[in-house]
Amino acid sequence: MLYFRHTRNAPHMSARLSGSMLHIRDLAKRFGGNRAVDGVSFDVPKGAIAGLIGPNGAGKTTLFNCVAGLYRPDAGTIALDGNRIDGKRPSLVHAAGLARTFQIPRPFPAMSVLENVLVGVPGQSGERFWANWFAPSRVAADEAKARETARSWIDFVGLGALENAPARVLSGGQRKLLELARAMVADPRLVLLDEPAAGVNPALLEKIIDRIAEINRRGTSFLIVEHNMDMVMRLCHPIAVMAQGKLIAFGDAESVRRNPTVVEAYLGSAVA
Amino acid sequence: MILQIIADGLIVGSTIALGAIGLTMTYSLLRFANFAHGEFIAWGAYLALTFLGFFIALGGGGAMAPLGPFSFGWQLLAALVAGAIATALLALVLDWLLFDRLSAQGSAIVLTIASFGAALALRNFLQFVYGSLPAYYTRELQIAIHIVPRDVGGGLRATPDQLFVLGLALVLVVGLHLFLQRTTAGRAMRAVAHNPALARVTGIDVASVVRWTWILGAILAAVAGTFAGLVGQLRPQIGFDLLLPLFAAAILGGIGSVPGAVIGGLIVGLAESAAVPLIGAEYRAAAAFGVLIAILLVRPQGLFAERAK
Repeated sequence: MLYFRHTRNAPHMSARLSGSMLHIRDLAKRFGGNRAVDGVSFDVPKGAIAGLIGPNGAGKTTLFNCVAGLYRPDAGTIALDGNRIDGKRPSLVHAAGLARTFQIPRPFPAMSVLENVLVGVPGQSGERFWANWFAPSRVAADEAKARETARSWIDFVGLGALENAPARVLSGGQRKLLELARAMVADPRLVLLDEPAAGVNPALLEKIIDRIAEINRRGTSFLIVEHNMDMVMRLCHPIAVMAQGKLIAFGDAESVRRNPTVVEAYLGSAVA
Repeated sequence: MILQIIADGLIVGSTIALGAIGLTMTYSLLRFANFAHGEFIAWGAYLALTFLGFFIALGGGGAMAPLGPFSFGWQLLAALVAGAIATALLALVLDWLLFDRLSAQGSAIVLTIASFGAALALRNFLQFVYGSLPAYYTRELQIAIHIVPRDVGGGLRATPDQLFVLGLALVLVVGLHLFLQRTTAGRAMRAVAHNPALARVTGIDVASVVRWTWILGAILAAVAGTFAGLVGQLRPQIGFDLLLPLFAAAILGGIGSVPGAVIGGLIVGLAESAAVPLIGAEYRAAAAFGVLIAILLVRPQGLFAERAK
């Protein structure tokens, strides 16, 4: 494996890469007779922006859902920074330090941009109903702090001017940025990004790439599912490749690009 | 005459609105039509009757001394609170016994049919415990007072109890609206109502939100039942009779929308009230559904639908 190599294609990579942020071993998930994820094992190093690619139906989103706790794996283990998270409820996985975004951005459409981000702030005492009646001053202090944090991330992704607008008015690219802010407000150790470039215009895509790289420089690891090969090759290191539920390759951009199994299964003539 | 029709409609509508809020909240979070919600209304009303007897006995027995112009004393207010808490516990037990287990493995239709069964069981058990004869919180007679003189729009008369019902319903609706819009817990409830799966992955404790939805819905249902008993009479069918207007109000307002349930409840109440002098009391329910059909033909998602498309 070559994923500790410092390459021109991945300028954000640094000596911080040590140990495993996400550790996946022999992960399996089936739906009836369909083995959506079939014995997949790989690691995302600490501080990395890792990529997960593969043709449609390869099992990438199912793997994401297993990691995020939306699906309970049939077999295998998942550990986040050394702690087992497989089979745990999504809220517990989130509390353990994992945030995710979706292939089709999912804002709460009737809620404002600020409220959408506030929902992701963890440990708010006001979410406990009794606290609203019996500890209002603590709830108010938590809410003020949460708003400050949320606003800083909204400004960071460039949506400050739309803070009070309902999320339904945002464009596809703006929704991706909103999801990124909502994920980051929880101060996660690892963020799963599901196709952050899908349906985004080129100018906004550059902004998204820039923001991801900046967040990574601050120490957050990423695992990104993406079909935009230009983005994957520029940003991601290492890259895992799945096809028909199995992991068929893992390594840096060059080794994946030259891997004949990958070329046959996914990249085809576009890259070969 | 017009003012009187509007006032009567608002009084009936406020009770329907309180019941419809719980129904629409349950639907938006749990994604099934809870036919047992009407029985929370009936059980809330009868549990308040039980607690009323307890509080009267606690005060030394005898007749309940009325508070000011009202037909009831402090004992009914205390019974209203105690009955609402007991109904919330009943809802939590029903969720634990039935809906929580079924939702883990069943579809919305399974939950809906189960709620049918629960409604029948709860209604028959209520009748077994309390009997089928009508009951009253108080036998005090109330004379309607003139609020607007007869030469203005036909005049308006209402009893103090009716004004109490309208006023407290308004306070509860405004309070719930502020809770949902201004508090962290309310924001979490709205997030779960919009998209439970997304709420889970953003770290919200959805199980806790669901529990509190049952509690709030049952409390409002119990208050609605007590109101219905206060301005009318208590019967075991009180919840069943209100069930269809509740669904009409929730659908009319847009399933999942609390403001919609309130407006829907008031529209259904006004339609029922207007039907009495116009087409006869026997068609009042038909009039409400006529309005429902007319509005849904123009706006099929209801007036205030909030669900993500």
